[in-house]
Amino acid sequence: MPESLTRAVRWDTVVGALLIVLLLFSFTFVAGFGNALNLSFLIGNTLPIALIALPMTLLVVAGEIDLSVASTAGLSGAVMGRLWNEGMAIETIIPVCLLLGVVCGLVNGLLVTRLGLPSLAVTIGTLAAYRGIAQIVLGSDAVTDFPAQYLQFAAGRLGDSFLPQAFLPFLVLLVIAVLVLHATPFGRSLFAIGAGEEAARFAGIRVRRHKLVLFTVTGLMASLTGVFWALHYASARYDNATGLELSVVAAVLLGGIDFDGGRGTLGGAVAGVFLLGALQNVMSLLNVSAQSQIVVTGVLLVISVLGPRVARQIALARAAGSTG
Amino acid sequence: MHASTLRRACAALAAATSLALALTACGGTTKNDVKDDSGAASSAGKADPDAATKKGLTVGFLPKQVNNPYFTTSDKGGEKALAELGSTYKEVGPSSATDTSGQVSYVNTLTQQQVDAIAVSAQDPGALCTALKQAMTNGIKVVTYDSDTNPGCRNAFISQASAEDLGRTEVQLLAEQIGYKGEIAVLSAAQTATNQNTWIGYMKDELKDPKYRNVKLVKVAYGNDDAQQSFQQTQGLLQEHPDLKGIISPTTVGIKAAAQYLSGSKYKGRVKLTGLGTPNDMRKYVRNGTVDAFELWDPAKLGDLAARTAVALASGQITGKEGETFKAGSTTCTIGKDGVINLGKPTVFDAKNIDRFDF
Repeated sequence: MPESLTRAVRWDTVVGALLIVLLLFSFTFVAGFGNALNLSFLIGNTLPIALIALPMTLLVVAGEIDLSVASTAGLSGAVMGRLWNEGMAIETIIPVCLLLGVVCGLVNGLLVTRLGLPSLAVTIGTLAAYRGIAQIVLGSDAVTDFPAQYLQFAAGRLGDSFLPQAFLPFLVLLVIAVLVLHATPFGRSLFAIGAGEEAARFAGIRVRRHKLVLFTVTGLMASLTGVFWALHYASARYDNATGLELSVVAAVLLGGIDFDGGRGTLGGAVAGVFLLGALQNVMSLLNVSAQSQIVVTGVLLVISVLGPRVARQIALARAAGSTG
Repeated sequence: MHASTLRRACAALAAATSLALALTACGGTTKNDVKDDSGAASSAGKADPDAATKKGLTVGFLPKQVNNPYFTTSDKGGEKALAELGSTYKEVGPSSATDTSGQVSYVNTLTQQQVDAIAVSAQDPGALCTALKQAMTNGIKVVTYDSDTNPGCRNAFISQASAEDLGRTEVQLLAEQIGYKGEIAVLSAAQTATNQNTWIGYMKDELKDPKYRNVKLVKVAYGNDDAQQSFQQTQGLLQEHPDLKGIISPTTVGIKAAAQYLSGSKYKGRVKLTGLGTPNDMRKYVRNGTVDAFELWDPAKLGDLAARTAVALASGQITGKEGETFKAGSTTCTIGKDGVINLGKPTVFDAKNIDRFDF
């Protein structure tokens, strides 16, 4: 019994429960929330955050962070728009953009692992640099005339259901990420790296290589998000996805991933992403002003950094109480 | 170890590139295959100019940015008109003028709340299209005001004055103030703002006239409709171009910030400033001699017309086709090409008339 209690106060369980409570509340009391169209809006608008949150969770678990993801997404959208204007086929443009994301991620990873620089500083730098390149590539253009079937894929629903078409590929990526983090030696070694890098190194874990892989995958996912964003909103611009990195970091932290590394679950991160998304959707339906929404998000962020620590203290106290 | 990592990365790059090139060779969907979906929205049903004006409608106003004084005035105009017509007004919107995805979710929210019509000022001509089309399929009438979307994504656009008139008159206004001689610059809003870029296009065209042969446009700067950024951009312009004679700022936030900087600097009165501003913002700078004259349409009238057009659409009096007419207050409006409705010529404000306006 005490053991199940200890589990119950784990922060990611708390976030999952909050999400369920919010959904139940909204289905019952918020007009217009429960219908398929609104749910598809909710999921569709949250997908870009969810996509980047997957690799970001792994990164934060390993004790690093990537703040350049939104700029990489913007750059990938800008390149997409430019190449489209140049008359290149979209089937070629998308792989090129993804490749570009890999390069962006690789640059971050090499700067962090080879030069030993802190990822926070490196990626704040590349955040500015990638966005600047995006602006050089596309200028002030807004490219909107992408092929209808692609736009439909990124913005449409599966029949009349509440699921966006793009949700299925996301599920596949989610399963892959969960398996990698929670069921492979690679995933376990990320927790080890996050908990203590030196110790992990002495245990024979190839810390630098693992981190390089993580940064590269994060770049790839960021550029995939950029492509999705441009198609979802039918608009490729250099300033696409501005500020998205903050939503991602907020959601990941809210999901109970420890900012110092070494602790967290993908389930928690995904619950955090959709909790923020659902909250925003409900606040809009309830006519809460944009300013108040920002305040609510900010307060939640503070709670999310505080919450897991309090939860852990409670769990520790309980454990001590049950043994002693 | 890192040499091998690099080698592997290069191999992966090469493989992916060749895959991409192979795909190109196989053809694929390019820009040329995609038809432009411009052209006014296919309007279902027929217009009945004699239909009664419906009461009890709800019209949602979605400005580019809430709490921007310009849009506040404009939306208040809409609110007043709706009250007169016996309908309900509501306003939602993002707090940042470059939050495109935020605007999209607000369109979705309004669709969800089943309003009768949406009046929106688009941050981006394409980004709102999918959401607005969805709104229209759900029976909601869509009017754009101040900044348009692609014509296929709304029923009508209320243009604040023709873009051509605005662009040209601002150049004329400034050229007169600087005696048709010297370097000038433009301080715009966001680099992506549709309306700003169109106006700047006409300014450049106007400058081709031989009478401006001694006027030289040296730079277009962007202040992103942010007071601080616009202020710093103005500083930068004057540092970079010490011989600058005049600045055109076709944005209410930009011109105010530029005036604020000029009035406290040695350039006051020496560097002329004009553009689009509101009388309440600019009154002090006109009085202290920083600014001679600037112009604007009446944003309250813009919101008023947007509201009346939305109600006329929702009442079935018009569908948005060229040539249809409807009564807006005391005047009769005619819909132009592509569903555009013009508000009229801009008003020039100077020391003589500025005190007659309050917005």
